[in-house]
Amino acid sequence: MSGRSHAASRLVVAAPYLWLLLFFLAPFAIVLRMALSDADTALPPYAPHFEGFATLREFLGKLDLENFRLLADDALYWDSYLQSLRLAGLTTLIALAIGYPLAYAMAAAPRHWRPVLLVLVVLPFWTSFLIRVYAWIGILRPDGLLDIVLGGLGLTDEPLRLLNTEAAVLIGMVYSYLPFMVLPLYAMLEKLDRSLLEAAADLGATPVTAFLTVTLPLSLPGILAGAALVFIPSVGEFVIPDLLGGPDTVMIGKVLWNEFFSNRDWPLASAVAIVLLVVLVLPLALLQRARQGREAQP
Amino acid sequence: MRRLGPGLILALVAGFAFLYLPILALVAYSFNASRLVTVWGGFSTHWYGALLSNQPLLDAAWLSIRLAFVSATLATALGTMAALALARHGRFRGRMLFSGMVLAPLVMPEVITGLSLLLLFVAVDVERGFWTVTIAHATFGLGFACIVVQARLAGFDSSLEEAARDLGATPLVTFATVTLPLIWPAVAAAWMLAFTLSLDDLVIASFTTGPGATTLPMRLYSAIRLGVSPEINAACTLMIGAVALAVIAASLLLKRRQAVGG
Repeated sequence: MSGRSHAASRLVVAAPYLWLLLFFLAPFAIVLRMALSDADTALPPYAPHFEGFATLREFLGKLDLENFRLLADDALYWDSYLQSLRLAGLTTLIALAIGYPLAYAMAAAPRHWRPVLLVLVVLPFWTSFLIRVYAWIGILRPDGLLDIVLGGLGLTDEPLRLLNTEAAVLIGMVYSYLPFMVLPLYAMLEKLDRSLLEAAADLGATPVTAFLTVTLPLSLPGILAGAALVFIPSVGEFVIPDLLGGPDTVMIGKVLWNEFFSNRDWPLASAVAIVLLVVLVLPLALLQRARQGREAQP
Repeated sequence: MRRLGPGLILALVAGFAFLYLPILALVAYSFNASRLVTVWGGFSTHWYGALLSNQPLLDAAWLSIRLAFVSATLATALGTMAALALARHGRFRGRMLFSGMVLAPLVMPEVITGLSLLLLFVAVDVERGFWTVTIAHATFGLGFACIVVQARLAGFDSSLEEAARDLGATPLVTFATVTLPLIWPAVAAAWMLAFTLSLDDLVIASFTTGPGATTLPMRLYSAIRLGVSPEINAACTLMIGAVALAVIAASLLLKRRQAVGG
């Protein structure tokens, strides 16, 4: 192999590798360092500044866990983490309740329908996130579409006032992340061997028993993957609670945003980010396991 | 062929109604003659005309398109390389770290990606604007591009490439004459995905941009915060139309792969 061609195949690994080291890994090191710094009124608004290796010891001496202590002591942060986890958990459950029947029906549909159904599920995911949230503002706001329809049917007398409530945030998150739930479920259910269900029926199982003892356990990896894919981005969500939520919807992504942009407390925002990452380690590990499980299957 | 029972048909209809009715309502109200979103004042394309005279919005759209074009190209080039590295280079040092870094941006909360990249840009003291957002979006799109191309690479075995190499082709020639012709539909689809993701992003762009580089989602976001208006509906409808065309084109491209390779 000539020297030049060898260099070409090395470049294939080296170029994306260096890019990711520089623009993905290095930034995380900086977030960690920032979380250990103190807010300052200088520009950029934090201290200490790194001034070369000669003062490295002094620099390290000024880093401390002050921001994390602040997070632990203030009920606001605890509440926002807990509320984020609760809303993300509820979102995951509702998305599963809506997504499972949908994925099941897609997998049971005639073979030539399936590619079309798949594109129909993916299409809303491609439209702008902001647009999808905006669509729900038009529906949920007082005298919005939902009030018009329900009022027209004579079901309600006065506006429901759903916008700027927790319910609106849940609706927005389920709507935005539903495709993430449906796709892995569908992939799992489509591969399912139907003869197993026939065998269960032959052995006297009712359709419900067959579903509970055959289909459900076999689709469990899909459920886990879908749940992780919905749960993880929901926990850190900013746009949806900001636009659909009210003043009492304090999710952690919004707290981070406000600490950074409104309070200009970069070190505290970084500490919030670090804690958010730690919270997400468990679901991330779950997702990794679900992915490996899928690869291990023939 | 099995037939769908009424329960399953209901699940399909209800599921797709939930996914599509909000978007259809948004599109319908963009053609409303009345400024009041609650009153139907007849069909009109008035708000599309109003868009054309909204210069800040047009500027932001043009900026977003240029930005998405450059960042998608970068993301696709790097993502294709990463896919080749993962699918064809077997074991190399740091493979675990590499595949972790490729996939992590896919699930990372956007606020964290945005914050971390901004802190990097501040630390190296570069002027923030078009290029910092482009780098951020390329990093974010790389993982998505890699997954799409990797799936295609896994779809055909490497014996064709080996044959070319046995016949004396350099890796570069092999890639250009054998690999690329086989994977190009996936590369094109990856580019479109990266383009759309960039066009759509609000959070990462808000963190990494500077004065003078306001993207379309940032403009839309501040308009939406002020309230609902048919003009926003018209802008959204145009974006939905563009995305729908792109997705249909992409799925046709990927469908071809089954006819060509497979």
